[in-house]
Order: sequence, then structure tokens, then C-alpha cells
Amino acid sequence: MYRYDNFDARFVSERTNQFRDQIARRLKGELSEEQFRPLRLMNGVYLQLHAYMLRIAIPYGTLSGAQMHKLADIADRFDRSYGHFTTRQNIQLNWMGLSNIPDILEELASVEMHAIQTSGNCIRNVTTDPYAGAIAGEAEDPRAVAELIRQWSSLHPEFSFLPRKFKVAITASEGDRAAIKVHDVGLQLCENDAGEAGVRVWVGGGLGRTPLIASVIRDWLPLGDLLGYLEALMRVYNRHGRRDNKYKARIKILLQALGLEELTRQVDAEFAKIDHIDPDNVRSELDRIRAFFAPPPLEESADEGTLQSDLAENQAFARWIQNNSVDHKVPGHTIVTISLKPIGGIPGDATSDQMHLIANLATLYSHDEIRTTHEQNIVLPHVRKADLHHLYKALADAGLGTANAGLASDIIACPGLDYCSLATARSIPVAQNISKRLEARENDVGPLKIKISGCINACGHHHVGHIGILGLDKAGKEYYQITLGGSGDENASIGEILGPGFSYDKIDGAVETLVDTYQSIRTGDERFLDTYRRVGADPFKEALYATA
Amino acid sequence: MPLLKGGIIEDDSFLDLEDGASFPEGASVIVSWDRLRQDYALLAADTGRLGVRFPVDSDPATLTPFVSGLQVIALEFAAYTDGRAYSLARVIRTQLGFTGELRATGDVLADQVAFMRQVGFDAFEIRSDYQPLDIWQRTATAMSLTYQPDFVARQGFAPAEIFNKRRYAGS
Repeated sequence: MYRYDNFDARFVSERTNQFRDQIARRLKGELSEEQFRPLRLMNGVYLQLHAYMLRIAIPYGTLSGAQMHKLADIADRFDRSYGHFTTRQNIQLNWMGLSNIPDILEELASVEMHAIQTSGNCIRNVTTDPYAGAIAGEAEDPRAVAELIRQWSSLHPEFSFLPRKFKVAITASEGDRAAIKVHDVGLQLCENDAGEAGVRVWVGGGLGRTPLIASVIRDWLPLGDLLGYLEALMRVYNRHGRRDNKYKARIKILLQALGLEELTRQVDAEFAKIDHIDPDNVRSELDRIRAFFAPPPLEESADEGTLQSDLAENQAFARWIQNNSVDHKVPGHTIVTISLKPIGGIPGDATSDQMHLIANLATLYSHDEIRTTHEQNIVLPHVRKADLHHLYKALADAGLGTANAGLASDIIACPGLDYCSLATARSIPVAQNISKRLEARENDVGPLKIKISGCINACGHHHVGHIGILGLDKAGKEYYQITLGGSGDENASIGEILGPGFSYDKIDGAVETLVDTYQSIRTGDERFLDTYRRVGADPFKEALYATA
Repeated sequence: MPLLKGGIIEDDSFLDLEDGASFPEGASVIVSWDRLRQDYALLAADTGRLGVRFPVDSDPATLTPFVSGLQVIALEFAAYTDGRAYSLARVIRTQLGFTGELRATGDVLADQVAFMRQVGFDAFEIRSDYQPLDIWQRTATAMSLTYQPDFVARQGFAPAEIFNKRRYAGS
């Protein structure tokens, strides 16, 4: 894992002091709320329906045990003893007092964490594959490049007042678990024909009101040029992105307006003029960072201990292994997903006790490494097969053993009307109802991604759900629109609206009807998404609306 | 309007000239971008020092023919959230090679001055009802380090460049 040097530590510490001063000036009335707003947002502080919310950055979703312990301590001392893991791999604390925040930031700095740029119209927390460095077939561990971008984008003087927020995701695999094609910029690490390390650059993906899949703006770029190229791209966006309408302000709209060819021409022309970033300097910095992401010392051991007999004796364990684990690149090891989607629970929430436990288990069983996922779960990336049963028992005892990773009840949901001032409908209880309704059959149903947003801003990523649900307000009543066929992976697609929406009482039943329909028409081991792509929307529409 | 420059607050020695208004010969004036293009020869001959209010939605490359005759380029922040002037300032300094005064006008707030200095602004029009000088100084120097290569103020306080320090001095 990356460790701060003296510069990083001083930077975060000065940033904390700066914000402490700003908060003091706000509380004294020297700054108006309007002047204070972007300052607090760039430090992760939102004003929600009931209280201030602090969104803490978990850069590229990587945490140590000590960092997770600290998050739990903060939730205990300053909040209501739980946290909410978000779709940008961050964590939110929902019940904050403004005057406590500088002390919290100081606590975070003590474990090399911060809340910088988790909000605001700036470059946000860079996200990546939660299996980074553990899964086979990567060009390299993408977290080194992610850390480089974290540093380069931190308090960027030119790009802190962009037309709108700017989200970057990175993957180094063919199989995309970072949803790079629905980001403002998606980076795919890959080699060129000569075997040199570089990156393919995607631009203009996004969800929200205008969901779009990204386009390739640069097929391959040497890594030494990455920061110069990003500066050029950001400058073109900063100068020409729309500022008259915040719903038309993302780079995807600029791409639509200019066309890919013209945007490419402008970015290339700007890039040609940038000569102050020495590629050797970038490469040397990247090499320095890479050393921190050296793989942990895993023994290639085929010794699985009593795994096979445990699997045979414990059905629940066997199901958990089947759904919540994938092979590690080193034989004898496994990448484990800890589901934060207990049946009927709140997606992405963890209590401080659970966070402490996860931290301890990571130290014991996963070389002290924890990942958060954009699907709002936790991953332990380096677990010996021989330790799996011990790990499972400890998790299950704490309510963390739900065997539903990738299944129907592994739902992404935004906070919705329960917390958010933008929401038009509740998301969390809809997820809870669907989860309870589908639990019993979800192993038969197989891989199914259900994603729920409580308003058109699409924080629950409904556009890329196999089944997407969008909560709206119609004449003072919540109703829910269904989209089908979305996907955020390497074959990304935007879901299509199926037809008229459903009321709060009817939406979980409607989802069950869709699942019934799928099960009746699937062939072989087709996933829900494959069936939809084969047969189209008609059979689903018929099942939902024919009798209505 | 008072001007924050070189760490002190001073009176503006330039006259902000309306379009069509005449000026005393030899005066220091700042004119609109339209007027500069129209009357450049006249202005260059008859004014003492010359500046322009350059619109932030214009292409900075169009400034090129005038750069050597300008002492001030003023960029307006219509709202402090409108970040276009940051990019323009950067381009004017690094690509047009402008070494005169780059002035931030409009909605200029103390907490943004550090960023403005990093992209090349060196003068700031400030409303007199804003914060006292010590707050402007404190906010401008709150961060002593920067990750961005070559984004440092040319004069006065400048944050140290982290990447360079690591490479050349070690950490």
C-alpha cells in the first residue's frame, strides 16, 4: 500500500489547518454560506436533509486495518456508530456537527487519510478495480497510476472550479470491474505493440440525466505523457464545458456538441503546447509509487487445509464460497467479497463493530489489506484458502456472511429520500423489499445486478443495472420507472425504459415478475442480461403490462 | 477599486476606460477587448501604459499580436465558481509568454487567491468591504506545497513543487 512521505503528510496537515481556519471564519460570520459552500464541498462536507454529512476519501478503494479501525473510531466518537460505503469507494458519515470536522480530519491525517475532493466541481476520488493487484491478467496494478492521479489532481489550482464534478476510473484488466466507460475519463492500462506500458483513454461516459457510454479519445499514450495529456483535456473542458446549465455541464455534453473528432483535435492541439511536465519526472514518480504496490509475499501453496471437508459439511459456507470468492492470481489464495447487503438491510452500511471486525480479519487473513467496491461491498484481496473457513465463521457471527455477491439482493442503492436533499423518492426501503422478496430464489436466478436511484441524478447507477429502478415524484407520490439491459462492464450498455412506472407498493412485485419471466425463457446458463439481449424487451413488457 | 499586489493593498494606478470615452494623453488605461482591437495603434501611441479587459470566453491566441504592447491583462470572474479565467491565465503566462500584470477582477475571494497566484495572476481587485489584509495573506500562504509541476507563482510566496523535490532532493 502507498505510504505518505513527509511531503504528503505536510500537505494533508496544512489542508486540515486551512479548513479549520475556514470553518472558524464561517462560524464567526466572516464567510457567507455561499462563499463557504465550495470550500466545505472540496473538503467533503455536505449539508443534507437532517445534518452535515462528511464523505471521507478512500483513494482507489484501498484501506489498511489501522485505517478501517480509525474510521470505526470516528463513527463511534463523532457519529452514530455506523458508516455508509459509497459507489465511489468512499465512506460517508451522515450525522456530523460542523465544528467537529477539523478534529476528525486531524484524526484521519494520523492514518494518512483525508476528505479532499470527495465533492465539489473538481477531480473526484479516482476509483479502480477492487481486485487490483490480486486478479490474474492485469497489465499492472492500476493503483499506482491511480495514486499518481490522486496526487496530481489534489488542489489543482487550474481545475478546482470546473463546470461540474469530474470522475476518473482506472482498470488494468480486460474484464472491467471499475465501470470506466461510464466515467468522465476512463483509463485502461495496456501495452502497445512494442510492449511498452501505457494507457488507452476513454472520455465522455456518464450517467445522470444524459446517460452515455464513453468514446476512445486516445488509443494509446505512454504513461510518461499521462499527466500532460490530462492537463490538456481538462483545460479544453474547463474552457469550453457549458456553465449555463448544470445538467449539461459534464464533459459528455461537450463531446456531444463538438463531436469526437473535434474534441480530439482540440485536446491534441493543447497537449502539443504543454511542455512543462517532464515525462521522465512522471515516470520516476510513478516508479517510486509502484514500489509501494509490490505484491504481498504470498506462498504458492496448494495446501487448502480442511477446506474440502468444511465445504462438504457446511452448506452455507459452500454457498458463500461459490458466490463471494474468486481465484487469486497466486494459487492457494482467494479474493473474498464481504457483502454489505444483508437481506432486508441498508445497502453499503456497516456498524463500527463490523468495521473493527473487518479490520482485524484483514490483518489476520489478508495481509492487512481491505478494498471497498463501487458496488458498496468490501473485498479482502489476499486470503489463503486454508483460512477461508475461519474467516467465514467470524464474518457470519457478525452478520457479515451474506452469500449474495453478484446476486439479486446485492443491490446498489443511493441514500434516496431517507437522507438526500435532491432525492425525489426513497431508494433504501425499495432495495430492502426487493432483497427480501428475491432472497429465497436468488441462487437459482444467478448473476443479476439491480441498481436503484432515488432521483434522476442516478447516484444508484440505475442506467447500468441489468434491472434499473429510478424513483420519481409524480403529483406528490413516489413512483418507480424500470430500465432493462444496462451494464457497466467491458460490454457497457445503457438500460432502456420498459414502460409506465410502478408505485412504491408495486415495484418489488414488478421486479419479481421480471425475474419470473427471465427464468421461464432463459436457455442454458444464460444470465438475465444475456437473455434480455437475446430476446429484447417484449416478453418482459408483456408479463408486466399485459394484465394491467 | 483597491488592488492587492505584491502583498500590499494599493490604489489602482490605471483608469478603467469606458468604450467611447476619451483619455488624457499619457494616461494609464485599461480598455475593453473590442476597443483594443479597434484602436490599438492610437492607444499604443497615446497612452502611457495600456491594459485590456479580456473576455474569458475568448480564444487567448487572439491576444498574441497585442501581448508585447500590454502592461495589464484583466480577467473577470463573473462568479467565483466560474473557473475559466484560471485556464486562460495559465495559457497567457505559459503559451503567450506575457510577463506584465495579470489582474483578477470581479468575484475575487480570499480563499481562491492562492490558486489564482499559482496559475499566474499577480494582482487582485478586491472589494473594500471584504476581509482585512491579514486574512488575504493567511489564505494565500496556507499551503506551502503543491503537487502540480510548474504551477508556482513567479514572485513572492510560492509553494514548493513536491514531484521535483522528490526527484532532485529526495524526501
